[in-house]
This record gives sequence, C-alpha cells and structure tokens, in this order.
Amino acid sequence: MSTTETTESKTTDEPGGPADSVALYDVDHPAPVIEPPRKRTAKTPKASRGNFEMQTWLFMRLSGIVLVVLVLGHLLIQLVLDGGVSKIGFAFVAGRWASPFWQVWDLLMLWLAMLHGANGLRTVINDYAERDNTRFWLKMLLYAATVFTVLLGTLVIFTFDPNIR
Amino acid sequence: MSTATLEKNDSGSPSGAADSGAAHLITVTFRIRRFNPEVSDEARWQDFTLEIDPKERVLDALHQIKWELDGTLTFRRSCAHGICGSDAMRINGRNRLACKTLIKDIGPEKPITVEPIKGLTVLKDLVVDMEPFFQAYRDVMPFLVTTGNEPTRERLQSPEDRERFDDTTKCILCAACTSSCPVFWNDGQYFGPAAIVNAHRFIFDSRDEAGEQRLEILNDKDGVWRCRTTFNCTDACPRGIEVTKAIQEVKRALITRRF
Repeated sequence: MSTTETTESKTTDEPGGPADSVALYDVDHPAPVIEPPRKRTAKTPKASRGNFEMQTWLFMRLSGIVLVVLVLGHLLIQLVLDGGVSKIGFAFVAGRWASPFWQVWDLLMLWLAMLHGANGLRTVINDYAERDNTRFWLKMLLYAATVFTVLLGTLVIFTFDPNIR
Repeated sequence: MSTATLEKNDSGSPSGAADSGAAHLITVTFRIRRFNPEVSDEARWQDFTLEIDPKERVLDALHQIKWELDGTLTFRRSCAHGICGSDAMRINGRNRLACKTLIKDIGPEKPITVEPIKGLTVLKDLVVDMEPFFQAYRDVMPFLVTTGNEPTRERLQSPEDRERFDDTTKCILCAACTSSCPVFWNDGQYFGPAAIVNAHRFIFDSRDEAGEQRLEILNDKDGVWRCRTTFNCTDACPRGIEVTKAIQEVKRALITRRF
C-alpha cells in the first residue's frame, strides 16, 4: 500500500474560528466539557407513573380518524354543495345551528381539532425547545391560546342568537 | 475481494508489490471532522488524500491515515469485522460502521466525509462519550429476570417463541440508530432506539418475567411515545434490524396489555 503526499488543506467550519497555531487550550487547560445528555444529576426528573403519554398518543390517532370525516364533510358542505362558498351568510349559519345535529358536529370538530392541534404542537415544543424555561413558557402560551379558543367557540355555538340585531 | 493481507508485508517490500498493485488503486480524499479539546474548543475539517484500493473499507483508510499520515487521528475500533460495534461513525452524512463500508460503495470520486456520531459529546476526533447511551441501555434492564428456583437444565423454548424476538437479538450496541434519531439529538433524554430494541428482546422472550416492568419504564415521558417513526434508526442499523418495527411492537404491547 503506497501512499502519496498528503495535502492537509484545512477548511475550518466557521471562518474566523481559532486557527491551529493559536493554542487556546493545552493539556492542563483543556476546552470546557459539554455536559453530556441523559446524565443522572440531582435535577434529573424522577420517572413518572401514569399513562398520559400513551393516552395522548392514542388520542392523536383516534381524533385524527374522526376529524377526517368531520372536516372533509364540513368542507364539502361549506364549499362545494349547493352553490359553494357564495351561499354562506348569516342566514346560512343561523339555519344550520338551529339543528342540534350541526351544533354537535361543529362542537365536536372544534374540540377535537383544537386538542389534536394543541397536542401536536406540544410534542413539537417538547422536541425542539432546547431550554427548560423556553419549553415551559411556550407550552403555557399554547395552553392559554387553546383554552381561550375552545371556550370562546363553545360559547358561540351554545349562545348563538339568530335574532341578534 | 479479500485483499486483507498484512500491511507490514507491504510496507516491508514496497518495490515489486507496489508496482503490480498500484494499477487498481484510486485517489480518495477523506474529509475528517477533527476535534482536540487540548488545542481548541472548535471542531474543524481536515482533508487527507491517499491512494487506496476501492474495495477496501473506510476503516482501512482510517488506519492508513493514522499509521502513515497523522498518528493523532483518534477513533475507536476493536474487532474490525462488524460485530463489536465500536466504530460507528457518520460517513457521508449517514451513520455506518467504518468496518462494513466499502469505499467503492460511497462515491469515492467526491471527498468522503467522516464525522463522529451525533447527539453524544465528542471527546476527541471521532470518539464520543457513550455513557448516556449505555445509561439508557441499563435503564431498560437488558438481562433475564425470572422468579422461582433455577432449573437444573436449560430453559427450553419453542422455535416459534424464539423467532418472536429473533430480530432484536442481533443488536451490537454500536449506537448508530440512537445517534441518527432526531428526537435524541434534541435533548438526549429520549431512551433511543437501541435501548428500546434491547427491551424488546426481553419483553417478547417467553422465558422472561419482567416484561411488564420494562413496559412501565418505556411508558414514561421519554419512552416509546416520543418515537416519531422517521425510520432513521432502521436505515442506520448496520445489522439490518427493523428498529422502528420493534418500537411499534412495544407500543402495541403497551396498548393491548393495558386495555
């Protein structure tokens, strides 16, 4: 096995990074240690009992199946059948919400879609937020927005007054 | 194919052997991620160009660099035959075993990048701290747990029962799967595919009696429910274990055994 001359062209990742010649660190002063992940420290949370993660996982699958029917049906009625989107007005909404069936449909769709979306975002935040504080406040913001939207929507569906002026 | 002759012979008599052998050698550039905490806290890329048989493995190239070009290059390897799991590294952006990857298979026309596996602390060059990985492995109790008196002979098992967990017995703990998992990359708290695979190996073993305990451990916040089924682990596994399928089977066991 013969070897040729080596060309050691150094391409530093970030331009302006410390060059090879400038020894910032040596044997007695090595670079700072980066805390390895999953190291057991006093701050490591204890293992939690309970099935919350499993239940949310199951909820995502089941609500997803139901939402396919609810949302596609909703879009079909609102946008395609009977003249499409042009028919939608105050009278159309009032007419639909006079029936308990559509009230339940819309209520179910609101709750499932909001919880499904919120849980999806919760997992995204868990996966991507790097610091515990960021993660906490992002989730608080998410929960506040979810509760607000769900409650407001529910209120509107149940207290809708077709005779409002 | 098997040109794994002793390197000492080659370097000892370079004249005749090199001439006849030089025809099939090609020039390959290896772009290696170097990190030395005693010099800098920044990692950098370094190129090594060498002539090598394309039917050699990446590990042979690393050996050639370490033995003939730069002795400071640091990497792990033990058996060099794909069974000890020491030399998992990120080659051309994919986790592979350096000892099972032939140079001709990964496009030697372009520079071949070699990096340490991601998600674990780099100690030097291609060596990472495997402790978090093994901590997760220990957490799932990867050993036979039984009750009662020990039998005086083997614990017998039908071929069907053995077949149930056959795939997950093949794990060599190289960490290629866990360090290819984007969920593990983020905070490293997720158990990771390798720990789940090794839990699977005992959960579905008919002789073992602690399956429920292991399921309870993997039902935790950082257990199987964090799996997003991206299949990175299945693609990365040098042993061809269907890792994502094993994780799904653990999920299914959790659901069906609870309800």
